Order: sequence, then C-alpha cells, then structure tokens
Amino acid sequence: MDTLALEATQPKKAQNGAVAAAPGPPTPAKRKPAKKTKKAVVFFEVEILDAKTKDKLCFLDKVGKILPSFSLHGKSLKDEDVLQHLPVGTTATFYFRDLGAQISWVTVFLTEYAGPLLIYLMFYFRVPFIYAPKYDFTTSKHWVVHLACMCHSFHYVKRLLETLFVHRFSHGTMPLRNIFKNCTYYWGFAAWMAYYINHPLYTPPTYGEQQIRLALTVFLFCQIGNFSIHIALRNLRPPGSKTRKIPYPTKNPFTWIFLLVSCPNYTYELGSWLGFTLMTQCLPVAFFTLVGFIQMTVWAKGKHRSYLKEFRDYPTLRSPILPFIL
Amino acid sequence: MASGEEDGTVEEKETNNKKRTKGTIATAWLTFYNIAMTAGWLVLAVAMVRYYLQKGTHKGLYRNIARTLKFFQTFALLEVGHCAIGIVRTSVIVTGVQVCSRIFMVWFVTNSIRQIQNEESVILFVVVWTITEITRYSFYTFNLLNHLPYFIKWARYNMFIVMYPLGVIGELLTIHASLPYVRRSGMYSLRLPNKYNVSFDYYYFLIIVMLSYIPCKNSTHNKTS
Repeated sequence: MDTLALEATQPKKAQNGAVAAAPGPPTPAKRKPAKKTKKAVVFFEVEILDAKTKDKLCFLDKVGKILPSFSLHGKSLKDEDVLQHLPVGTTATFYFRDLGAQISWVTVFLTEYAGPLLIYLMFYFRVPFIYAPKYDFTTSKHWVVHLACMCHSFHYVKRLLETLFVHRFSHGTMPLRNIFKNCTYYWGFAAWMAYYINHPLYTPPTYGEQQIRLALTVFLFCQIGNFSIHIALRNLRPPGSKTRKIPYPTKNPFTWIFLLVSCPNYTYELGSWLGFTLMTQCLPVAFFTLVGFIQMTVWAKGKHRSYLKEFRDYPTLRSPILPFIL
Repeated sequence: MASGEEDGTVEEKETNNKKRTKGTIATAWLTFYNIAMTAGWLVLAVAMVRYYLQKGTHKGLYRNIARTLKFFQTFALLEVGHCAIGIVRTSVIVTGVQVCSRIFMVWFVTNSIRQIQNEESVILFVVVWTITEITRYSFYTFNLLNHLPYFIKWARYNMFIVMYPLGVIGELLTIHASLPYVRRSGMYSLRLPNKYNVSFDYYYFLIIVMLSYIPCKNSTHNKTS
C-alpha cells in the first residue's frame, strides 16, 4: 500500500481516506518557503480517515513537510503544494480521491501512435488476408499511394519522436481506460483509411499532379508549423517544471500564428490532415479529419478558456483554433 | 440610487413574466403534441385491429397502415428538438438514439425492402410499438394535465418488461429476414472503384446493426422513457 501520499518526495495516487492534520506547535501561516537554516521546525500530526466511513486508518504523530496530492475544501491540490503554506488553521481535513488505475501519458501516446504507423504499413505492403490473394505483397501502380504512405508514416514518426523528446507533460498519468478508447480511435481509423488508399482499385485524385502537389505543400507546411509550435510550447517551460505562461510568437515565422490563435498546434494539425485528404481524395480520410477537428476544437476551446481565466492580460485578438472564426 | 433600484425590479418582473409565458407556451405545445401522438397511435391500433378482423390475415396489413406509421413515427423527431431547447428534461443524445433507431427500422428496413413486409416479425414489432407509444404519450399527456390515472402509471413502468424484449425480437427477426434480399439487390451499397475511394455494404452494415443491439439495447433504453 504505497498509496499514502505522505512522503516528501513523489506523492503517489492515494486511497480513499481523509487526513486531519494538526500541527504541533502552532505557527503562523507563512507564505515564503522555509529556509534551510531555520531552527524552528514545524511538525504536524496527521490522522488519516476513510472519506466515507470516517474510520481512523492511520495516525502519524510527527510529519515534516508533506506534499499531499489530494483535495482540500473541494478544490484539488497540486503535487507541489506544501501543507505549511496552505490556507488552513491548526487542523485541516483532506480528502483522498482514488483516481483508479492510471497509466502514464507517454505510454499512451507511444502506443496510440505506433499502431497507425505499423497498421498503415501492413496495408501498404498488402500483407495477406486483407485484399484478394492475387494482390498479396504487390505494390500500387499509383505514385500518389507511395507518397501518401511516406506522409502518413512521417507524421506518426514525428509524433513518436515528439512524445519522447519534445513534449513536457503537465500530468504524469491518465486513467487506464483511456488507452483502450484512444487506441481504438487511432488504430481503427488508420486501418479504415489505409484499406482504401492502398486498395488495388484505388482511384487517384481527379485533378492529378496539380492536386497532389498542392496537397503535399499544405501538408508539409503544416507539419513544420505543428512542430514549430510544439518546440515553442516546450521552450515556455523549463525542464522538470510545470510553469504556465502565455505563448507568444517567436522569431520562427510559423509561430506568428500565435497572434491570432490560442492553440495553433491544432490549427496546423487540421491543416495537415486537410492536405492529406486532398492528396488521397479519400472519404474516410475526410471523415477522420472532421472527427479530429471536432475533438481538437473542444480541446482548444477549453484551453482558451483556461488561458483567459488564468491570465488577466491574455491577448484579446486570439481565437481558440481558427483565426476569427472558432 | 432609488431610480436604479426601481429599474432593477421592473426588469426582474419582466424577465419573470417572460419565463412564465415561455413555460405556459411550452406546456401548451407539449400537451397538444402528446395528445396528437396518442391519437395517432390509437388510430394506428384501430386500423390494425379492423384490418385483421375484416381480412382474417396479417398479410397486407403493413401496406395498409404504412403511411400512418411512417407519419407518426417520423413526427417523433420533434422530441429531439424538445430536449434540445430544454422544454423536456431528457438528454438529447439518448432521445436522438431512440428516435433514430425507430426511423431506421421504419424507413430503411420495412419501407425499402418490400419482400419482408408480410413477415410476422413486422407485425410483432409494430404491435409492440403501438402499445408502448400509446402508453407513453398518454402518460406524458396526463402528467402535463396533472391528472395521472394509476393504471397509466402502472402500464408505463411495467409493460415495458414484456414489450421491450418482444420489440427487440421483432426488429431483429425483421432485419434478419431482409438480409438475403439486401445481398441480392445490393441496395444502398457503394462499390469500388469510385472517385471518393470509399465503399459501403448495406448487407454487412445490417449485420453490424444486429450485433449492436446487444450492447445498445441493454444500456440507455432501460433507463429512460
């Protein structure tokens, strides 16, 4: 039962329980962090109660600086909160919430992105049992199909590398059931799209080379844009920290879109998939783009709202995802 | 300031009045709607009984009542609107799924696939729907008029125990009966190659629909209407 989050190091997810903390010698609530050279040390007595039955689960009679990762008065505490600095009197009641089985964000991202990469390639190489046997291991005669495979694979390789080296995650974990939901979505759609693009009866785009060139330009432009935004967001946050700042345009022209949009990474992502739809002229791809756009709009609106709530001086010209429109 | 306070209360009274009139209009409309739907399904019930008494067989019964059935079942789409604008306190999605499942059965199965219209399973689910809808709409009507007879309330909360599984069986059997005709005719299907690089097979779609009855009909339906 390593779940009692009372070590000063890394708090883990806690069991259902309530903590009633009573500091030993009464101390005034200090806003400044205690300096290491201070002689007077505050100890707390911590009583852990079950949130539902109020049974005493455990009593700790000498707790130093503790970092609870559970809620106080209804609002969730952050991992970095220190008991000493919380607005509580000599007693406080903390409630634990069991977040259920968790899985790390990195694991989820890697799994959900590796799937489409491999699945698409299976269809591209026409692995047996997908198409009629006479087509097994053949290659498409249309050059756009090869191009599409390169673009699709590039996109997911980029995502995997970003997950490993670029992104700085606010939360360590998410609920376990998310991995099933997310993987079904990504893998399912990847299979559906790949089936038609790599099909022996695939029809190339109506406007031929012109259409494909334009689509490729849009796709690449947006891939670079998306990457630029990810780098810009990463640079907002020093390594290991969880600071939150307003993103601003940098010297990179691809980030100038920050003037108009709160979540340009989603804008560029939409652009990439629109490019891919145009390139393949495939209705399932259009459908995937639409569903993704709806989800990203929901996220962008949420992010935009929390920016507005957190920063009083947030630029008013910005829209969540589409300049001036959405 | 005194005048400011007066303006405040006048505005409050106006918005309260507006809310009350909106409430009365909504109630009036809903009462009319539910009475109309109860009447419609009653008409359907009477027509079915008359047909059977006159002809002694269920063959041709569906053709006879098809137009009335399609009209009143399609009209039920309004209920999604009622939830959307908030005059009925039910989830839009739940109502939407229920109404869509009915519309699908009526328009995309029994209406389009003529060969199955004389199947017994069709009569089964139409009868079940009629009984259920008459009970449901009269329940809503009486509720809105604040005079709910006990037997309507009893019917609403108890009949579904028998009606619901019977309805599901009727629908499933009907879809199953339609499969050979769908496969042979290739209706509502799109084959490759085409310029949108997509295909759709109604036959397999119907099979998926049948399979989805297991999770879907076990969840939301039991909780509402």
